Amino acid sequence: MRDVAVIGVGLTKFGELWDKSFRRLIAEAGSKAILDANIGGKDIDAMYIGSMSPGRFIGQEHVGALVADAAGFSHLHIPATRVEGACASGGLAIREGYLSIASGMNDIVVVGGVEKMNDVGGNFATETLATAADQEWEAFFGVTFPGLYAMIAKRHMHEYGTTKEQLAQVAVKNHANGALNPYAQYRREITLDQAINSTMVACPLGLMDCSPVTDGAASVVLCAAEKAKKFTDNPVKIIASGQGSDTLALHSRRDICTLDATVHAAKMAYKQANLTSSDIDLAEVHDCFTIAEICAIEDLGFVEKGQGGKAVENKITVLDGSLPVNTSGGLKSKGHPVGATGVAQIIEVVQQLRGEAEKRQVKDARIGLAHNIGGSGATCTVHILEAM
Amino acid sequence: MAGGVARFWREIPQRYNIIGNKCGSCERVFFPPRETCPHCRRKSLGKMEDIKLSGKGKIITYTIIHVGPKAFEEQVPYPVAIIKLKEGPQITAQIVDCDIDDVKIGMKVENTFRRIQEDGYTGAIYYGYKFKPVKG
Amino acid sequence: MRDIGIVSYGSYIPRYRIKVGVIASVWGKDGATISRGLGINEKSVPSIDQDTATISVEAARSALKRCAIDPQDIGAIYIGSESHPYAVKPTGTIVGEAIGATPDLMVADYEFACKAGTAGVQSCTALVKADMIKYGLAVGADTAQAAPGDALEFSASAGGAAFIIGKDDVIATINHTLSFTTDTPDFWRRAERKYPAHGGRFTGTPAYFKHITSCANNLMQKVDTKPEDYDYAVFHQPNGKFPVNVAKKLKYGQIKQGLIVPYIGNTYSGASLVGLSSVLDVAKPGERVFLISYGSGAGSDGFDITITDKITKFSRDNAPTVAQMVEVKEYIDYGTYAKLTDLLYWE
Repeated sequence: MRDVAVIGVGLTKFGELWDKSFRRLIAEAGSKAILDANIGGKDIDAMYIGSMSPGRFIGQEHVGALVADAAGFSHLHIPATRVEGACASGGLAIREGYLSIASGMNDIVVVGGVEKMNDVGGNFATETLATAADQEWEAFFGVTFPGLYAMIAKRHMHEYGTTKEQLAQVAVKNHANGALNPYAQYRREITLDQAINSTMVACPLGLMDCSPVTDGAASVVLCAAEKAKKFTDNPVKIIASGQGSDTLALHSRRDICTLDATVHAAKMAYKQANLTSSDIDLAEVHDCFTIAEICAIEDLGFVEKGQGGKAVENKITVLDGSLPVNTSGGLKSKGHPVGATGVAQIIEVVQQLRGEAEKRQVKDARIGLAHNIGGSGATCTVHILEAM
Repeated sequence: MAGGVARFWREIPQRYNIIGNKCGSCERVFFPPRETCPHCRRKSLGKMEDIKLSGKGKIITYTIIHVGPKAFEEQVPYPVAIIKLKEGPQITAQIVDCDIDDVKIGMKVENTFRRIQEDGYTGAIYYGYKFKPVKG
Repeated sequence: MRDIGIVSYGSYIPRYRIKVGVIASVWGKDGATISRGLGINEKSVPSIDQDTATISVEAARSALKRCAIDPQDIGAIYIGSESHPYAVKPTGTIVGEAIGATPDLMVADYEFACKAGTAGVQSCTALVKADMIKYGLAVGADTAQAAPGDALEFSASAGGAAFIIGKDDVIATINHTLSFTTDTPDFWRRAERKYPAHGGRFTGTPAYFKHITSCANNLMQKVDTKPEDYDYAVFHQPNGKFPVNVAKKLKYGQIKQGLIVPYIGNTYSGASLVGLSSVLDVAKPGERVFLISYGSGAGSDGFDITITDKITKFSRDNAPTVAQMVEVKEYIDYGTYAKLTDLLYWE
């Protein structure tokens, strides 16, 4: 197995992008990444595309081929594969791209993530997101996707005393970070009061605890580390890739408050990189709901189980804290174009490690982690990156 | 719910009568029924036996849904809970016949037969389980 | 027919209630006057996830909880209702599946306005008598519909009762049953229409009273009894006044235990059978029950019933009594009522 590096990144603005179609979004992100990587089409050995549900959002499947075509590479007949794992589709696409280079099969791979969610009505978009849950035994009975995470939150509050205010602190922190991110969907701060008192969605989660519906695309170019310097002066190495799965339904989990898929993926990644959680300088974690960030930092080993609620008030995960989390604004403020999220998380970590994060820059950032979850925790990818 | 009547019909024993199955090797109970026991795996092949669960259990977590999917819009706000059944498996279901403020972790509940959703005004009606508080 | 009868029974009344006064004030009427006139204080309302099928299942499951029979030994199921969830596709198969009685089973749905449930009891009795089945299940249940602003809105309610008929461990024998039937258009609902229509005062003397009194007199003549021979009488109860009046006409005093309409309204196909359930909730061995149901269109089914001493061993407490269910209630306002009874129809 050989080392893999990121040699180029590119992404679109995230938001309600009425003028941009699915094809236009991914073509924009992809071409930015390719230009950033200083490669040409003929250098690309394969493409991996993460997209959760183009079949429902735009009535289109077969998007691996579509994206290669939209990117202008169909005459090169590049192997193009669409990867799906609900909201972890982007992270899975990164892993597939990474594995194909690490194994020696490919030298240069383009990974893209894209979701076009606003071409359908809000209700339909919500139902589509709910296909990440167990259709027969969860969704059928009326539980919604926010409802599942709300049940995790209720149990976390019951077992560990986590409060609604602590959930709100996560939203406030992420909005403060997102306000500094030119690509974020919401670039304005919110107050604690606004976060605590937002319209109830599924008790205890309100609107401000939930990530939005977003259009967007993100893309990275991966390259065998030994060849990276041919293309760029500041490659970033992916030093570990972990993945885990778990029961689809929340009710079948071993522990409602622990995403074992995260624990497993993180263990795999830490082992591969020969690191522990205390070596991580910053992390992009999957805050589809505020409670998800709290559980993530526990399951990744950044804090003890049950202590996640205190991480903001104890100044651990804030921008200038000991382990900044979601400097990009997270899914909450940056937006959550489902398939693109996992790739966008990698891009934030890369930009931090390259020293290109501008107002969001974490000082002396050398090792970063990206954590991407599918559904209520049935799939998880964890990637660790290091400045080369 | 997407999908036609066959998909619903197949699940009727589970939805009407909470029929799960038991591993003939380790006696663990599962709901919904599984093809094999995840613990015994090949040892359980052909040894899974159907079993009717009591429908009694305890709420281990819950939420009140305020923004519901289209099929449930008329019912908001409604409680949904994860219930640990007496025999071991956990399931997700709506809680009925009580004030939403009275739903609590630890509450004892039992199953009841209700309309879950329907395929519009002209489609089939899907019945199934919801849970109500046990008196006393 | 001495040894054939009721092996077990169960009933179900949904928890929501709306007061007659609340409905009246929406239409600018005086609730107290209407309550007095109808003899009804409040009525039961089904919740949005309840219908005739769910009510029938609850009642049937209660009946099964109270006895030890194997549901696989139930050979026939008849559900009588005016509000079957489907016009085509039986409620009986849903109930059959939900109680574990399928697949060796005869099923059909019955309709005869408010007496569809007692018609089911008659069919089960005959099948048991003919030794064609070991047990039969008859259910009368409804989520009755009434047009907003119509007089029926004050009384049309939801509920049902289930009766298991057999030969073994009978708690109440059905000594005799007969019916009185004519083609009398007093109250009807056209196919595809949402609400019933009725002939106003025509629903009284030529309809309800004629059929109940004729049936009652025929039955008493057949079994050679007088009102004094009965400890309880149950007459169909579309409101609180008609059954009181017909009891007076027939010289029956003992109707109180079986008169549930003042508290829950008219459960249509459930009405007489919920009344009978209420009687069985308290009846003692040797006591005798006179039951005359009525269904518009029109007809009455009469039953002469004697409680056996098996009722002392009967596990009545395994399911709630009518009195207990009447007391479990939650009041709703008219807006909620409109939402639950689908008055606010939109696509």
